[in-house]
Parts: sequence; C-alpha cells; structure tokens
Amino acid sequence: MFSAIPWVGEPLSIWIRGDYVIGDATLNRFFSFHVIAIPLVLIGLVAAHLVALHEVGSNNPDGVEIKKKVDPKTGKPLDGIPFHPYYTVKDIFGVVVFLMFFCAVVFFGPEFGGYFLEYNNFIPADPLKTPPHIAPVWYFTPFYSILRANTVNFFYVDAKLWGVIFMGLAVVVFFFLPWLDKSPVKSIRYRGPIYKTALVIFVICFAVLGYLGILPPTPERTLTAQICTILYFAFFLLMPIYTRLDRCKTPPERVTFDH
Amino acid sequence: MKKLIVSSLLVVGMWLPGAGLTSGPELKLDRAPTEKFSDVLSLQRGAKIFVNYCLNCHSASYYRYNRLRDIGLSDEQIKDNLLFTADKVGDLMRVAMARQDAAAWFGAAPPDLGLIARSRSSEFGSGADWLYTYLRTFYRDPSRPTGWNNLVFENVGMPHVLWELQGDLALHLDKSKDAYGNPVDHKTLQLAKPGKLNQSEYDSLVGDLVAFLVYMGEPVAVSRKSIGIGVILFLSVLAVFTYLLKREYWKDIH
Repeated sequence: MFSAIPWVGEPLSIWIRGDYVIGDATLNRFFSFHVIAIPLVLIGLVAAHLVALHEVGSNNPDGVEIKKKVDPKTGKPLDGIPFHPYYTVKDIFGVVVFLMFFCAVVFFGPEFGGYFLEYNNFIPADPLKTPPHIAPVWYFTPFYSILRANTVNFFYVDAKLWGVIFMGLAVVVFFFLPWLDKSPVKSIRYRGPIYKTALVIFVICFAVLGYLGILPPTPERTLTAQICTILYFAFFLLMPIYTRLDRCKTPPERVTFDH
Repeated sequence: MKKLIVSSLLVVGMWLPGAGLTSGPELKLDRAPTEKFSDVLSLQRGAKIFVNYCLNCHSASYYRYNRLRDIGLSDEQIKDNLLFTADKVGDLMRVAMARQDAAAWFGAAPPDLGLIARSRSSEFGSGADWLYTYLRTFYRDPSRPTGWNNLVFENVGMPHVLWELQGDLALHLDKSKDAYGNPVDHKTLQLAKPGKLNQSEYDSLVGDLVAFLVYMGEPVAVSRKSIGIGVILFLSVLAVFTYLLKREYWKDIH
C-alpha cells in the first residue's frame, strides 16, 4: 500500500518489509507489530480516554452542557451524571447483551461461514503454496471498497494513490467531527429530520461498501461503490451546511433529577 | 432525500441477484449426511475405515489414539483393533512415510487429515460436503500415473483407495451447449465394474468416514452446542435483571 506514495514509495515499502519481497524479516516485524505494538497503543489510548473523562466529566443523554451550571460551593457541574452508579449499571447491561451475541458465535458458529475463522487457517503454512485469493477481513471491507472505488487517474496522480488517500481520509475524517458539526444541539433526541436522514444514508452506504468489499469487482459493483464513497464523504463534508439548516427542537436547560 | 434512499436501494439491487462470492469454476457438491456427525456408531465405523484405509499415507498428527475414548471405545478395543503403526495408545496418529518421499511418489505429500473437514469448506458447501463428494467421484483415467482421476479434485495425486468397495467408475462426457451457445461438457460417472458394496452401502460407508473426519476436526463440536444453550439461557436471565437494575437507577434522570 505504501508503494503508491510517489517518489519515496518504493524505498519506503522495502524499508518496511525489510526485504525486496515479503520474507522472514517482514513476518517477524508484522507479527511483533500486531502482538506488542498495537496492544500497547490500545492501552495508551485507554489511559488517554480515562484522563480525558476525568478532565471534562461525562455527558448526559440530553446533551445539556455540563459546564454551564456549576455548584457554587464545590465547583462540581450540576448536570453531570456520575459515572458510578449510573454508567456502571448501564454498561453492565450493555456488556451482558454483547456477551449474548459473542457467546452465540463462540458456541454455535465459531467459523461464521469463513468470516471469523478463515478456512485457510486450517491449512499448515507453506511458503510454496499460498492461498489463491487474499481477501481482506470483513471489518476492513468498507475501507477496502473505498480503496478500490478510485479508478481514475486524476490531477497527475495515480488512481492507486487516490485510493490510499481516500481510504486514509475515510478514517481520519471522524476526528474533524467537532468542527464539522454546526448543530446547536448535541443530543440526537433534539436533532431534526435532515440530520437523521443523512445518518441513515451514511449507515446504508457503509454497509453496502462493506458488502461490496467481499465480492470481486464488476463494472456495476465498482459504480455502486463509487456512489457510496461519494455519499460517505458527503455525509461529513456537507455536515456544516445541513446541520445549520436543520430544524432542531430546544433541549431543556437542566437535566432533571428526582430526588 | 427519500428519493435518494430509494435510488440508492435500487442501485444496491442491481448486483444482488446471482452474486457469487468468488469467481472460478462452480463446484456442485452432494450434501453429506449430517445426522451421522453425532451418531457414535457412525463415528466408530468411520474411525475403523480411517485407520484401515487413510492412516497409511495421511497422518492426523494432532490427534491421539486414546482420544477415541470420546466416541465410546475402550483402551483395549483401540489397542486390539486400531493400533497398527503405533505402540502406545497415547501416541499421535502419525505415519511412517517421509514427506519428501511422498511428494516424489504422488506429486504432492498427502495432507494431514486432522483439520481437513474444516479447511475444505468453501462457498460451495461445507468441508464435509466436499469430502463426501470427493470420495465418491473417483473414476478410471488411464492417462494418469495412478490410473485414477476425480471429478471434484481434477488430476489429484491420490489413487482411489476404496476402489475395492466402490468398484470402477467410468467417465461419460455429454457435449451440449449452454444458454449462450458455448460448448459445455456434462461429466457423469457410470459404474463399469461393481465392487464389494452396492451404491447405497458405499455412500453410507463414506458418510461414516466423513463423520469421523468432521469429528476429528473439532472433537468438542457436539458438546459445545449443548453448553452454549445453557450459557445463552443464563445470559438472557442475567440481561433481564441487569436491565431492571439499570432502569431502577436511571428512573430519577429525565
């Protein structure tokens, strides 16, 4: 994938692989990267998440700004809902529901039609006999579809590079949401019909892209993937416009506690 | 916006009919008799066939002989009837043939059969279906070094080990044209010389063997389903109580 980057691409991919082809050095590197580096990064992200949560406090379902009304004595926000017991009991229920799906897969369909345990995993590794089709795992297929949907060499840049750029952007664009979203309300409870429709279209496009990523490309499928890719990015790039136009309901001033 | 949803759904509909998951020749597989998979007698018969016919070239090197106690055999029975190439009942199911020699003799080393029923799964059918069809579609082909060829696995290196039982099948080619006018070969097999068993007896025997291969691929497959039912029931009860607890705490907040 990195070989698509102009000028430095080829030396860069040799440097990453540690070889001119995929060899022992590549396998060692990618194995240690996946079992050590990624878990460490995940631990770091969990820590960062907890620090951030302590800094800004938890939100409430109505999306009421919790910094506005502060207890004059203690300085604690009045509209914040304490993590314990409210979010802990809520999450226990969520974990149980998740476990029901998880255990259903573990006990009744661990291979899940070859999607969760790929059939090639049951063949001993043999460097002289590699699988004929290498398909990305199912949770990457929406992004893989976006990669494949870029078929036009455009603006002196190769289609392959555009694919890599758009695939990267499809992930990175989520980090710009705080600036893209111009809606006066936070919670979806008070959002208007335009935003809800846009969200539905986005979810449909994401699912369609995911399904297309499993299939080998044909002209119609590529066209569908291109339409879905455009709608995927339209959801984000048009967000400053349509969230401003939307008719929102007014959220309450305060979260109401009954005690 | 509604128009947009409708049109996007129409676009989705365009490729839905006839969408195959991968390109390549389509395999028509017969369905293996799944009721045999949990039948102890079938599994025992399958183990006998496996040890007698397969375990000379193919290993099952992740599986020990004494694991056969799972399917109702005693150590004595295993020792007296099934232990041909190993000394101890706790040995792994290995073969004496070296892989290099096997590759030189057959063109490819015979694969380990421990997980074969799982690795042969594809979008055309389960691994059991593949094995069930494969073991019943060997036919005489004088152009091959072994004298045998196969409908499912073309130009396979393995000879028809069970030929004495099934008999000789001969290939018949019917040339016809498909809907677009392209020539198509319809391959059918016909019994040229009957074997010791008739067709339904042979199918049943292969079914037993496939059941054993499926069992060996995942010995806990039957028990995990019964455990799973208990786990899901427990979680459903737990979900009700955790939901009531959550509602109790959150009823103060609107």
